[in-house]
Amino acid sequence: MESIYLLIPVSVLLVFGIAGAFWWSVKSGQFDDLEGPGFRVLMEDEERKARQDQPMVEKECER
Amino acid sequence: MSGTQTTYNDKVVRQFAVMTVIWGIVGMLVGVIIAAQLVWPELNFGPWLHFGRLRPLHTNAVIFAFGGCALFATSYWVVQRTCHTRLWGGPLIPFTFWGWQIIILLAAITLPLGITSGKEYAELEWPVDILITLVWVSYALVFFGTIGKRTVSHIYVANWFFGAFIIAVALLHLVNSAAMPITLTKSYSAYSGVQDAMIQWWYGHNAVGFFLTAGFLGMMYYFVPKQAGRPVYSYRLSVVHFWALIFTYMWAGPHHLHYTALPDWTQSVGMVFSLILLAPSWGGMINGIMTLSGAWHKLRDDPVLKFLITSLSFYGMSTFEGPMMSIKTVNALSHYTDWTVGHVHSGALGWVAMVSIGSIYYLLPKLFGKKEMYSTGLVTTHFWIATIGTVLYIASMWIAGVMQGLMWRAVNADGTLAYSFVESVKGSYPFWAIRWLGGVLFLTGMLLMAYNMFKTIAGGKTEDMPVIAPAGHHA
Repeated sequence: MESIYLLIPVSVLLVFGIAGAFWWSVKSGQFDDLEGPGFRVLMEDEERKARQDQPMVEKECER
Repeated sequence: MSGTQTTYNDKVVRQFAVMTVIWGIVGMLVGVIIAAQLVWPELNFGPWLHFGRLRPLHTNAVIFAFGGCALFATSYWVVQRTCHTRLWGGPLIPFTFWGWQIIILLAAITLPLGITSGKEYAELEWPVDILITLVWVSYALVFFGTIGKRTVSHIYVANWFFGAFIIAVALLHLVNSAAMPITLTKSYSAYSGVQDAMIQWWYGHNAVGFFLTAGFLGMMYYFVPKQAGRPVYSYRLSVVHFWALIFTYMWAGPHHLHYTALPDWTQSVGMVFSLILLAPSWGGMINGIMTLSGAWHKLRDDPVLKFLITSLSFYGMSTFEGPMMSIKTVNALSHYTDWTVGHVHSGALGWVAMVSIGSIYYLLPKLFGKKEMYSTGLVTTHFWIATIGTVLYIASMWIAGVMQGLMWRAVNADGTLAYSFVESVKGSYPFWAIRWLGGVLFLTGMLLMAYNMFKTIAGGKTEDMPVIAPAGHHA
């Protein structure tokens, strides 16, 4: 089962990579708020609607 | 040029969304043709259009062309919206689109010509594999580059799923496609015998897990809440779902090699990991469906939501069926029969195709400056045709599969086989005809979708939308 000698190290490296990503995400506060992000995705629409009432050119001038 | 900084890059989303529907029709048409070839073997014309060459074309077209384009379209849309920024990557972005289309065309030419590496779901020869690598690295750069320049600190859960899918597919492709080229159109795998089989199914099952599951779960976590107008049932559970799924997925592959030359302990490891997967899979399924909790009435008259929620039901069903089939005693009956084909299609048609179709229906009007699809009635018709087609497909394959398994293992009192193989083939004909009919229905639904799509596009504005400042902030 020589292929295991490739697959196991690959998996171990991957698990370390995943663990690293998990560690980073905890440290950087990704999970500090586990309610808000669910609601925030829905908020884009209202904003877009409000903005679309203004003509396109005006919006770009604002910036 | 300042204008380009303030809008989302929806051109590439538009391109991929339209091609999703086109490739869906092509891939499913090839599927219907090979299903017909099994019922009417006279339809195997010449070497180029023979079942053995069209079958890999079907799988490549539906998985990588249809599914791939759907994943590109939705991930590019979602990452821009949830990171509140325009796609990063400049020329890399159109390269991912055109590169991917060229890969699909090369597959459509080389596979019927019989140019294949013979590895299931990785049949394309080494020059195409190199092109896939280039496009995939560009995709990763664009996706993670966009995450990197996000204007909000939180990375929405859908992006985690998309990101894991992109990284895992890159790794799987690189390991499994390692080969020694002999000529431009022929190479030999870097592995041999049972080693090759192990690598192949490590790839094969993780392609199911990351290409056909993680990517589409990313789609689910954005489009189900958006279409339902409600936040995901539990955002906390979605995070647990993500980490549980990616920590446990990698070792399910050996269940494809039960009772082969693969060492027994490896098969058992594959079985145990497959059983463990039931937990995160069902957690995600329940999380998606319960998003509608308290708003079930929305299902009644919203066909897009019908597609999305039904896809989750099929996801739940096939992620229950999968672990069960990975149990060695069940596998002794199911393996090599049409039950496996039915299982794959309950995932492929019921879950992957339906969640993609629902998401693309959500996107199309927004991409082409319309309020809704040209005909909501046609979307409803599409939903029912697709659902009936899927059920016909799965049910006929269950019956055919269990029948085949029982016939193959039946022995007379003197120990001889009770049936010859061809008797099980003969017994399968009626079910193959029903499967073909189910496929025809599903394809008809896609044709309705294409008509509806072109009518929606006609006369629409394709202006890119301005980047929206994160809630609570103002530009």
